[in-house]
Amino acid sequence: MDTLTIILLDGITFASWLFLISAGLTFAYGVLRILNIAHGSIYAIGAYTGATFARALLHSGADPFLAYPVLLGAALLVGLVLGPLLERGFLRRVYDQEEVITLLLTFSIFLILEDAMKLIWGVSPIIVAEPYALLGQLTVAGVTYPVYSFLLTGVAIAAGLGLWVVVDRTRFGKLITAVINDREISAALGVNVPSIYTVAFTGAAILAALGGALTAPMVSVVPGISADVIVLAFAVTVIGGLGNVAGGAIGALLVGLLRSAAIQFLPALELFVVYALMTVILLFRPEGLFGGVEVRRI
Amino acid sequence: MRDRRWLVNVAVILAILATPPVAATAPAGAPSELKIGIVTFLSGAASGPFGIPAKTAAEFWIDRLNREGGIGGVKIAPVIIDEAGTTDQVVTNYRRLVTQEKVDFVIGYISSANCTAVPPVAEELKVLTILFDCGTNRVFENAAYKYVFRTAAHTGIDGIGAARYVLSVKPGVKTIAGLNQDYAWGHDSWDIFEKALRKLKPDVTVVDALWPKLMQGQFASEISKLQADKPDVIFTSVWGGDFVSFIEQAKPRGLFTQSLVVINNDGANVEELGRDMADGIALGFRGPHWIAIPDPARNPLQREFINGYRGKFRKYPMPHGSYHVVQALQGIKAAYEKALKGTGRWPGVDDVIKALEYSEFDTPSGRIHLAIGNGHQAVEEAVYGTTRFDPRLGFAGLGSVKVFPVKCVNPPDGVKVVDWIEQGFPGAACP
Repeated sequence: MDTLTIILLDGITFASWLFLISAGLTFAYGVLRILNIAHGSIYAIGAYTGATFARALLHSGADPFLAYPVLLGAALLVGLVLGPLLERGFLRRVYDQEEVITLLLTFSIFLILEDAMKLIWGVSPIIVAEPYALLGQLTVAGVTYPVYSFLLTGVAIAAGLGLWVVVDRTRFGKLITAVINDREISAALGVNVPSIYTVAFTGAAILAALGGALTAPMVSVVPGISADVIVLAFAVTVIGGLGNVAGGAIGALLVGLLRSAAIQFLPALELFVVYALMTVILLFRPEGLFGGVEVRRI
Repeated sequence: MRDRRWLVNVAVILAILATPPVAATAPAGAPSELKIGIVTFLSGAASGPFGIPAKTAAEFWIDRLNREGGIGGVKIAPVIIDEAGTTDQVVTNYRRLVTQEKVDFVIGYISSANCTAVPPVAEELKVLTILFDCGTNRVFENAAYKYVFRTAAHTGIDGIGAARYVLSVKPGVKTIAGLNQDYAWGHDSWDIFEKALRKLKPDVTVVDALWPKLMQGQFASEISKLQADKPDVIFTSVWGGDFVSFIEQAKPRGLFTQSLVVINNDGANVEELGRDMADGIALGFRGPHWIAIPDPARNPLQREFINGYRGKFRKYPMPHGSYHVVQALQGIKAAYEKALKGTGRWPGVDDVIKALEYSEFDTPSGRIHLAIGNGHQAVEEAVYGTTRFDPRLGFAGLGSVKVFPVKCVNPPDGVKVVDWIEQGFPGAACP
């Protein structure tokens, strides 16, 4: 019974983190049809910026609880700056090109940002551990959990609900849906497609930066974290179905639960199960669990 | 107009005084410079903790050697390249260093995979190659090389040292667990530690062997499992970003007070962690190189290394990359100078190899001896201590330090480390 509780708690908290790092990737793909490899870089810049600001705050002797709003603020700042910059400056020029061109473009941006981060922050880790421990611990089934993990779950749920409300319950969401279904007809009907793209991509960038900023207190913020995250986020996104945010959530949950079950019962398979799940799903549902079949227009 | 010629004389005298002492004149046949290829991680996960510190330490030490006349009167000119990439790319870059850059020899490699891929090519191209930092014990256990040396100890001392340290601070240990990254080096590290400890104390049982993905940085589920199973000792070989992430995630959850956690091979980020480092961790290094070990007061090279490095980079040189690359430079310098003395002319590669085999030389890590692997593989002491925040340093220092002598943790020449453990450490000399 205890083991089951541990698997559930670990699985859900890991899934929350997975969802935070992958929701923006799948949302951007859903709207813009661009698989953004630089999503990992925005995550990393979010982590670096959050860690830098939070460290400055903690060193200044201010109330350490202010670190949480500072992390959120850093994520917003990074998303609001990088989102429009990347979309208007680069992505906009390749919407009509083949997918491989957009993939190469975002990969180039990823490489450039990787070195830019090294220029700005160097290669030594930026460490800001305090916010992770500050909220205290809970003991469940004989295991101590930091409350911060549950905060992360709350933020992931809020982000998921937020995306759902925006897309399904607002006028802007209806415009997004129209653009997703047919970009040309929407434009002909007077929808400002370019600005929808900018806003949607900026939203995705904010989510990526948020994932990074909230991960910063529990990891070492060092060069290379962008690559490690994009691979995992991509696996989750593919399992759920590219472009489907709800599918992304289910994919994250499946990966999270399967991984924590593996750690409890067959730890040697920890790495294997995530990609085994991805392989099985791609074999039987190549479009992912919730992905729609794409109609190629000639 | 007054005669100002005296001013000219003063200027000449001042100029003579300001000129650095003329280096020893280069011997007959000496090249105009000694070109060294240095291969270390400049990007990727291993660049922060090991690769860049090795690069900065190499540049710092080469400057120092050049100020003192270089090697045998010849200045050193380094060509530093990135180790990142697939093994094939690394081998191609090695060939390029040799054939296009025309380096005289190569010092390189942090990744064990690269340390097993490059030596056959070094033999083919007949280029002296010093492996400076990688850990795998397999390089000279599974093959014999003429042109390849390693001037740092292999990973055998990490695991055997850890086992001996555990028994000295927690002699009643009954249960152990492993948390190691799921790749070759993680598996080798756990294998050596587990075998060594169970040989020394056969009633020890393994309760967990966990294998997180390399550099995933997420250990929450593994920590839950370790908390539920409560092993007496947890052995981990996580390094770099994973080392910091593991400390950050395990410390608030009390893992370091529940079990004795042994980390075999990474102190690189202890300074950056500051107060966030946990107390009570058994921390070890591959070789005697910590702030007060071997002993800056009695080892002038270490004193100069620490003071000079701190003066320039505002931080301590940390294990491993920085100390290991200086060991390689000191080894090569000693070999050239020994060969030079023997032949009286500028030595060829065969002379240098002959001088380097089974040689001993002084370094900031103490005296290094290429005692095993047919005289191509260094042996070092293993150092373990228990972390405790030191307000004078501003980060964790080490208490209960044990320095295990060379013969206590290294197998004799010609014996594989795992065989040595399984035979019950024949010939081991421990205090």
